[in-house]
Amino acid sequence: MDFIGGKLLQVVIAIAIFAAVIGIIMLVVDRAPKSVKDRVTVAGFLAPAAILMLVGLVYPAVRTSMLAFTDASGQGNGFDNFVWMFTQPEALATLRNTVIWTVLVPLLSTSFGLAYAVFIDKARGERVLKSLVFMPMAISFVGAGIIWKLVYDYRGPGIEQTGVINFIRAALGMDPKQFLLDAPENTLFLIIVMVWIQTGFAMVILSAAIKGVPVELIEAARLDGANAWQQFRNVTVPGIRGALVVVLTTITIATLKVFDIVRTMTAGNYDTSVVANEMYTQAFRAGEPGRGAALALILFLMVLPIVVYNARVLRKQREIH
Amino acid sequence: MKKTKYLLPVAAAGVLALTLSACSGNSGGGSASTASNDCSAYDTYGKHDGKTVSVYSTIVDVEATNLEESWAQFEKCTGITVKYEGSKEFETQIGVRAQSGTAPDVAIFPQPGLLATQARAGYLKPAPKTVSDLVDKNWSPDWKKYGTVDGKFYAAPMLANVKGYVWYSPKTFKDKGWQVPKTWDEMMDLTKKIAADKTMKPWCAGFESGEATGWPGTDWIEDVVLRAEGPEVYDKWITHQIPFNDPKIVNSFNKVGDILLNPDYVNGGFGDPRSILSTAFAQAGQPVLDGQCAMHHQASFQAANWPAGTNVAEDGDVWAFMTPPVDESKGTAITGGGESVGAYKDTPEVQAYLAFMASADFANNRVKLGGAISANKGLDPNNAQSALDKQSIKLLQDPKTVFRFDGSDLMPSAVGSNSFWKGIVAWINGSSAQQVTDSIESSWPKS
Repeated sequence: MDFIGGKLLQVVIAIAIFAAVIGIIMLVVDRAPKSVKDRVTVAGFLAPAAILMLVGLVYPAVRTSMLAFTDASGQGNGFDNFVWMFTQPEALATLRNTVIWTVLVPLLSTSFGLAYAVFIDKARGERVLKSLVFMPMAISFVGAGIIWKLVYDYRGPGIEQTGVINFIRAALGMDPKQFLLDAPENTLFLIIVMVWIQTGFAMVILSAAIKGVPVELIEAARLDGANAWQQFRNVTVPGIRGALVVVLTTITIATLKVFDIVRTMTAGNYDTSVVANEMYTQAFRAGEPGRGAALALILFLMVLPIVVYNARVLRKQREIH
Repeated sequence: MKKTKYLLPVAAAGVLALTLSACSGNSGGGSASTASNDCSAYDTYGKHDGKTVSVYSTIVDVEATNLEESWAQFEKCTGITVKYEGSKEFETQIGVRAQSGTAPDVAIFPQPGLLATQARAGYLKPAPKTVSDLVDKNWSPDWKKYGTVDGKFYAAPMLANVKGYVWYSPKTFKDKGWQVPKTWDEMMDLTKKIAADKTMKPWCAGFESGEATGWPGTDWIEDVVLRAEGPEVYDKWITHQIPFNDPKIVNSFNKVGDILLNPDYVNGGFGDPRSILSTAFAQAGQPVLDGQCAMHHQASFQAANWPAGTNVAEDGDVWAFMTPPVDESKGTAITGGGESVGAYKDTPEVQAYLAFMASADFANNRVKLGGAISANKGLDPNNAQSALDKQSIKLLQDPKTVFRFDGSDLMPSAVGSNSFWKGIVAWINGSSAQQVTDSIESSWPKS
């Protein structure tokens, strides 16, 4: 109990310090002479965030970039880590897998999510149908990985199967399959897990966007004699373009960083490793922080254009409205 | 919608309560159930009332409870609270924590290679002289070497385990008229005989261990390198004086592959040879009890992996023989492992704790609780709780035994806890021994 008390006390003290700092800033800003008041106000309220950004984001980014050009003992080694990354078969497989992930997961999740959202739109029991698909979203990636590992579980022919899919295969008279061991299709079996999680997210956002498409437009299209597919292609999709971009880019970024699913299901073995997983393995398990940092840098460069694109689309939309 | 108004605070309070109780878990230190009031043996460690020492290691579950129990009296007499935390992710997390400045006071390293990485990075404090003297007194120079990095002594050995046992069911062997093999060739003959008998597979194996998948395979390879090529080659191999893809090492892979890659010889109760990779190492021995396989290669700690109530004895449900020598005239060679206790701080209470962990008192306390052994010379073999532990201690203390520390634990971590594990996985999954050893060789750090 005294332990809990200690923790609570720490929390209370931390909140008090936070409140005091904010209070002092407000006081100083308020007392500033009128002529420079605006500038002091802006600086006063931006400074804490800016400092935290510097300490928590800019500094680590710079340090990681520097680390990417050192070897295990901390000595500079030029571009060796990048040479390693683009020449070693193991590291190349990692890059290849990441590309496969980032192409397939956003496409599949968004298509499934969109199709589902369209089909259940205004259907009976829509809320129940929605929550069914949305539920995997509530499960952590690690949890999902463990669930699917059990689904893919393998026992030899003639032995009672413990995995769901191999159980069904056995019932149909097929040989059991080592889903997670057979490269290259095992990467696809991992991707299914991510799609399973992300479809719900895509569905919820897109469903909301579809409901935002003006009814008049759809009615006008119907009066013009458009069939369901034409209505969907020419009215619904253009109407939800903004939401589609957000969904696609968000899922792409999440996919580029995928780590937990790979780590819990195969730990990157059997040619299934991805950049984020390899970065962690190299930096912390193999004792090669330089290689880990180099991978982190590549990951950053891969994510950057998507973030920029996302921000630009969002800004454009705001300008229109 | 009115409901949510009071539901939200209730839910928030619930979450808060859960978080707090999760934080408070396991913070009280070891139970003091066996602690007595006699503190005379603990006078040397001094009084440190109200001080805490945080300890982090790979040891979890029952073994963690026993570990905490074995220093309960030390806590009581010195006033030190030992805050223990065990994690199966230790090997990776200790690096993360040291780099982020949240290192524990003391870490119990299962691998000298990992210890060396941490020491060279400048995170670890050299061991105090009292600890160094205790280690000189209680262990052979070989063991002290495992805690020494670049000539500086950092960590005292703690417990030990003996690797390379082959577990079998004495009853099955008796019923079938099979003999415990004395040489590698006899073992292969027996394997052939069991396979021909067709009632069960000769071997079962499992290498799945989360992100560490593959490590039980490194034990197999090390056992064979030591037995087939001798201790000199073994020492050269682990220190990279001969390359990892030396023909002698490739031969050892193939010798193990004769068993593990043969679908007629493995994998009882689980499927084809590749099912070794998807079978958790702790469950892999189970089919020995179910009569689906005859033998299972695993270290002495397998005794704890059998289901509760299994009688581990020469005439019980399961028993083990040491992986036999290739050439009987060369005597017994065994591989084994052990933990080293290293410190990230050098406060007086940490030094007192280190001294206690290096003492014979700790070794005797812990071994009495069962399921553990130590190479500490001050350990009384009669304190061992099982016949197997007694046998293992005798093997460790016998001067005629050729003992070598687990090779992958001594190699640099880029190999020992990364490419060697991955190599074993690729090898069982179909790559050739030559391909795998070439790839491991290329991952050996250049400096």
